[in-house]
Amino acid sequence: MAENTENPKNPKNPKNPENSENSENIYVGDKIPTVVVDGVDIVYRVNGTGPGRGSATAALNRMLRRKKAEKAAGVRTVHAVKNVSFVAYRGEAIGLIGTNGSGKSTLLKAVAGLLPVENGRIHTDGQPSLLGVNAALMNDLTGERNVYLGGLAMGMSREQVKERYEEIVDFSGINEKGDFITLPMRTYSSGMAARLRFSIAAAKDHDVLLIDEALATGDRSFQKRSEARIRELRKHAGTVFLVSHSNKSIRDTCDRVLWLERGELRMDGPTEEVLEAYEAFTGGPDKAKAKPQPQPQPQPQAAVPS
Amino acid sequence: MSQVLHTPPPPTATAPAVVDDDLAALAARHGLSVSGARPSLREYVRQLWARRHFIAAFSTAKLTAQYSQAKLGQVWQVMNPLLNAAVYFFIFGVLLGTKKGVPDYIPFLVTGVFIWTFTQSSIMAGTRAISGNLGLVRALHFPRAALPISFCLQQLQQLLFSMGALVVILLVFGVPVSASWLLAVPALVLQFTFNAGISMIMARLGAKTPDIAQLMPFVLRTWMYISGVMWSIDHLLSKHNDLPSWVAPTLQANPAAVYIDLMRFALIDTFHSSQLPHHVWLIATGWALLAGVGGFIYFWKAEETYGRG
Repeated sequence: MAENTENPKNPKNPKNPENSENSENIYVGDKIPTVVVDGVDIVYRVNGTGPGRGSATAALNRMLRRKKAEKAAGVRTVHAVKNVSFVAYRGEAIGLIGTNGSGKSTLLKAVAGLLPVENGRIHTDGQPSLLGVNAALMNDLTGERNVYLGGLAMGMSREQVKERYEEIVDFSGINEKGDFITLPMRTYSSGMAARLRFSIAAAKDHDVLLIDEALATGDRSFQKRSEARIRELRKHAGTVFLVSHSNKSIRDTCDRVLWLERGELRMDGPTEEVLEAYEAFTGGPDKAKAKPQPQPQPQPQAAVPS
Repeated sequence: MSQVLHTPPPPTATAPAVVDDDLAALAARHGLSVSGARPSLREYVRQLWARRHFIAAFSTAKLTAQYSQAKLGQVWQVMNPLLNAAVYFFIFGVLLGTKKGVPDYIPFLVTGVFIWTFTQSSIMAGTRAISGNLGLVRALHFPRAALPISFCLQQLQQLLFSMGALVVILLVFGVPVSASWLLAVPALVLQFTFNAGISMIMARLGAKTPDIAQLMPFVLRTWMYISGVMWSIDHLLSKHNDLPSWVAPTLQANPAAVYIDLMRFALIDTFHSSQLPHHVWLIATGWALLAGVGGFIYFWKAEETYGRG
């Protein structure tokens, strides 16, 4: 954590949490917001979850009675993120933590503009991008062509990809054991493929960078390299969001942490403070003790029936 | 800043309303834009143009990936349409005898099959363009119209392979090379625009209701049989004079039939302009503009909703 506090763009001193008590007002003056999340709700609708969903008559019944009884017909809504608000500033690295299914990835996708929000607004400076190009790559193509395809998919120009090509291949270390980059990706081991994917994804500089548990790929030496690369990206990026279940990588990378639980923002503060509370919440024996707030929904609109 | 949020006591309960105003104002003051909002039509076209290299690379990649596991590899690009044409020749030329009275029946049939396949597979691919690529839509940011257009471009590349095979067939069956072959280029441009437009319409429909992809093969097959792919519309109309008056113009204005007959007219010397409907280039351009522009705007209107669910 110590090295991250040296960022000159970041006047906040995380070692001194008490001065950030009414920090909202201070920030407005000297800090530039890059992401403003304003009372956001995200709701998924899932078709065909009613009883007897498999049978044709049930499906027909669903179509005919759609308006009358959406719920009975088996459309279920999942309220994944409930009334979350926060402001992220330039130069911050923000960790998102929470137990599985607490809405971290969903929130990240909404910030990236990839998932529509139900209520509220998300304002961003420039186009936030998720770190990850997996979906654009094709296993049947050579590593080389995938580098180009992935780069173009992220919005780089042909020249930019060409310029970075050597760098990407060297960083991935794919060619350390022979000329693998000219082989189809389906012939790679899962670790090799993961390394190439990360290398392609990390080749572009982003204004607002969103990373979803991308750190834990590859072998140990590659993990070290990728962590260094993320720090480098952080320097160029305005703001970094990191979703991870590894408290260590959150500690290494982030100076502020948002804790989501059941879609609600439970805590927002300096890394150490939030992680301590989170560890108390998840850590076995003190579980009951460390759960001071029950989970009633304080906002009426959060209690959408599902 | 480090307080635990959503604590039950009243103070925090009133907080959100105050915060809301502050946040919206804060965002406005720093000129932040709303994430995931639909860009203006003009801006959308600009973004799409900026992604042209991606569109091209994606379509070529899809095409190459298609046969990369086969032993014969890219040879299948040519083999596939040829085998297709052979099957249709066997059924319609030999068994059903639709070739009666149609000169150069094999070039006539093969041209029809190839040109029809271009439209058919573009529309099929378009229907699944969004619903079949949700992973891509949910992971990366790009104008979504890039997907249906890219799939149509893939089909166009596939067609160019087929056209190579078609040229060989034409030469084998003694069709002379002529300057009119150049007309194939504008005909293909118009057909591509038409296909891309319909694909974008189908992509939006398919994104909302994936079931449409199950229905499309039947619609497309019906469309194929009325488009004169393996029989001559002109021939049918001259043989039956007792048809209701609306049949002839309807059959002739069918965009698929228009593009097929334009290509036959361009490539086959025995297919005369008298067999084409009047103002055929006008009809072809009209269909291309109507579908292309209309489809693009229709697709753009729902841009922000793709990937939901």
